Amino acid sequence: MLVHTAFGRAEQIAQHWSAAGCPLVIHVDRAVRKKTYAAFQQALADLPNLRFAPRHRCEWGTWGLVAATQECGQIMLNDFADVRHVYLTSGSCLPLRPVQELIDYLAERPQTDFVESATIADVPWTIGGLDHERFTLSFPFAWRKNRWLFDRYVNLQRKLRYKRRIPNGIVPHMGSQWWCLTRQTLSAILEDPERDTYDSYFRRVWIPDESYFQTLARLYSRQIESRSLTLSKFDYQGKPHIFYDDHLQLLRRSDCFVARKIWPFADRLYDAFLADASGAMKRTEPNPGKIDRIFAKAVERRTRGRPGLYMQSRFPVETRENGLTCAQFSVFEGFADLFENFESWLARTTGARVHGHLYAPERAEFADGQTVINGALSDSAALRDYNPHAFLANLMWNTRGERQCFQFGPRDRQAIEWDIAKDPNAQVSVITGAWAVPLFQSNRNFADIRQEAALLQQTESEHLKCLRSPWTKARVRIWTMAEFIEAPMEPLQTIIDEIGHQNTRGGGVAEVPRMADLEGFGQFLQNLKNQGMHPYLMGDFPVTQNVADLGQTNRRPYLVR
Amino acid sequence: MGLWSSYRMRLRRKRAKVRAFRKHFSMKTVADRTELIRPGHVLLFSTFRDEYVRLPYFLKYYRDLGISHFLMVDNGSTDGGREYLAEQPDVSLWSTTASYKRARFGVDWLNWLLQKYGHGHWTLVVDPDEFFVYPFCDTRPIRALTDWLEVSQVKSFGAMLLDMYPKGRIDAVPYRAGQDPIEIASWFDPGNYMISKNHTYGNLWIQGGPRARVFFSNQPKRAPALNKIPLVKWQRRYAYVSSSHMLLPRGLNLTYDEWGGERASGVLLHAKFLDTFASKAAEELTRGQHYAGSVEYKAYAENFEETPDLWCKWSEKYINWRQLEILGLMSKGNWA
Repeated sequence: MLVHTAFGRAEQIAQHWSAAGCPLVIHVDRAVRKKTYAAFQQALADLPNLRFAPRHRCEWGTWGLVAATQECGQIMLNDFADVRHVYLTSGSCLPLRPVQELIDYLAERPQTDFVESATIADVPWTIGGLDHERFTLSFPFAWRKNRWLFDRYVNLQRKLRYKRRIPNGIVPHMGSQWWCLTRQTLSAILEDPERDTYDSYFRRVWIPDESYFQTLARLYSRQIESRSLTLSKFDYQGKPHIFYDDHLQLLRRSDCFVARKIWPFADRLYDAFLADASGAMKRTEPNPGKIDRIFAKAVERRTRGRPGLYMQSRFPVETRENGLTCAQFSVFEGFADLFENFESWLARTTGARVHGHLYAPERAEFADGQTVINGALSDSAALRDYNPHAFLANLMWNTRGERQCFQFGPRDRQAIEWDIAKDPNAQVSVITGAWAVPLFQSNRNFADIRQEAALLQQTESEHLKCLRSPWTKARVRIWTMAEFIEAPMEPLQTIIDEIGHQNTRGGGVAEVPRMADLEGFGQFLQNLKNQGMHPYLMGDFPVTQNVADLGQTNRRPYLVR
Repeated sequence: MGLWSSYRMRLRRKRAKVRAFRKHFSMKTVADRTELIRPGHVLLFSTFRDEYVRLPYFLKYYRDLGISHFLMVDNGSTDGGREYLAEQPDVSLWSTTASYKRARFGVDWLNWLLQKYGHGHWTLVVDPDEFFVYPFCDTRPIRALTDWLEVSQVKSFGAMLLDMYPKGRIDAVPYRAGQDPIEIASWFDPGNYMISKNHTYGNLWIQGGPRARVFFSNQPKRAPALNKIPLVKWQRRYAYVSSSHMLLPRGLNLTYDEWGGERASGVLLHAKFLDTFASKAAEELTRGQHYAGSVEYKAYAENFEETPDLWCKWSEKYINWRQLEILGLMSKGNWA
């Protein structure tokens, strides 16, 4: 049993093992003060079959831990001839099942060594970007204390192409430090005539406590079960997860023999598991699945986070967002100008939430005229324009689970355009030049109309450049207005299929949105041209259209199969 | 960051230290029980003025979390709060009548106390209307958190200010001493926070919530900052620069992850909007002792006459930390 802190708990655990009749060898870190050590020895003085091993300095990831373990193993084998299995544990390990059950379990498997042991090629357990180099470089500096020297020295060795020879062709294996070996295997390792060679090799390997016994056990073991009987989970930094009072039920259901690491102040856990009452637990194979999942999820949250969430402890730099927003959404440009009832039609057809122009200069036009929406997001234009991307990301996050659609156009605030264009979640559909329709229908002086048309055309053409740029990740579809009104249903059907919520009885859209009356639109454009303002974004509109034809083809509701 | 900017930061930190030294002379010791502080204790630091009614619950809440000692600065209270605290066995109290504003809103006083008593401890800096919530706070004491931060080699822990408010007029339900203020002010804005990065100090600047929505919807830039770093493993050389929003050295402000992951973080439930608020706001207007010419209080005074209700249809009622975690206001990080 290796101990370096929380001596009160270690004492409790030692007494627990001892009460079940297990001989015990304890190693205390040499960094612990003499007074504390003496008090600890004193407290355990009355336990039978207890030995204290000579003390080594046990810094994380260094040889001291292995040396301490070797000392303990030697004493255990020499002093207690009856011992068949040696279990390596620590002061912060907690036996979850009665010790007798563990003894019985091991008695049924007298020749089995329980040691997690995997070849480095096959497992992704890397810390600090080192995997096989753990075994081929030399590591005289401690990672925790002398990180700078550690890193420099690793780089130097890499540069010099320095490589250590692995002695006697042993195959390095790695695994949990907490093993349970048979007397035969352990004594073979400790009495190996080549032990000095191995020791001097592993002395400069990084984190030897996870590879020394794991590798050498492979040489001598008759039967290896490559798993640890100690439930011990590591997070992405290589430090063990800690168990607290609220893990009680979880640990109960794990059926593991020993768990690590327990928070020293987790009174409920110590009370529950060190009391005899836990004998009620059924005798089954350990099953740490649930705990695995919880800890795997925690690591996932720490390393990848929730996509599309921006918050006080997740604020990714550009390109590392793993999703600029949390869900897919659709942006429609020009549709609401061309179709009179587009928003309500879209909402009916797709079941999505359809907003107006969210980036309108006056206010964010939320669906149904709301002034505040999910998440208490305000429609204030000033708040929105203060941080346009936060506004969009918030809206998507707050409405998780519901598809959002909104209108956009050259009259709106354009600051958001790059955030939309770069977002793979965005589905952008554009009818270029449709902004002219409201102008055409308006009852304003032609000089004003001309001026505004010029401005809108300029804005939209800049916007199209953005949508067509190589950095754009959104699914963008662009039609000129002339193109679109020739066969409006086909593109509409595609867009709606992509949104994927339509009532699919006939496979097509049952209802058609009503298009604005475009009689005289060609002439309107020609008038603009005559004033020197050439509207080109809407495509080619003949000056005198066969109005009857146009009207009819567009107003006839038809289905696209 | 170049050498030059590092040097400038060093100067700023030193200046904060000098200010703390200069300002500490105005503080008189009322009750000094700091000899009770033991290694490993988590210490709480706070300033207050006329908060007597809030103090009993404040002490109870933080004692339950496992705070071992309170180091409090009284800024000229006249309501008996000072006398009440002076009698508490785990409180050390200092008193000053100097200007709150000229002590940079109390930061100078606290920097002094932190330097003197906080070294080597985990220190929590909160106001009497702020209630610290962290992952698993209902089952694990604060010592569990600080122990975990320690083994994770994390030196500072962020907790955003979350403004709590009642449904209806804020003065509708009177607050009684000893009562949990979250019982009254139990609502909050779940998803309208805006974040940008402060490139000088490296911290995040968070704005939003009900105050931005109601009071500052036309001038969002002036909306109050909600980012806070209240829990720090204090070292003598550290200094808060502006309230508990940011610290020097700058590394302590990196309480967020920039590579897509989530770090663990908490929330400070801000129970400011109780019936006590109206009189406080009126007083602060005349004293002018708050940030940026008390602009906040002016905005409140103007708005509360028309719309005294911060509640809206999409306000969320507070349940527990797990709710805040799901809403994305705080995170467990890799603590499980």
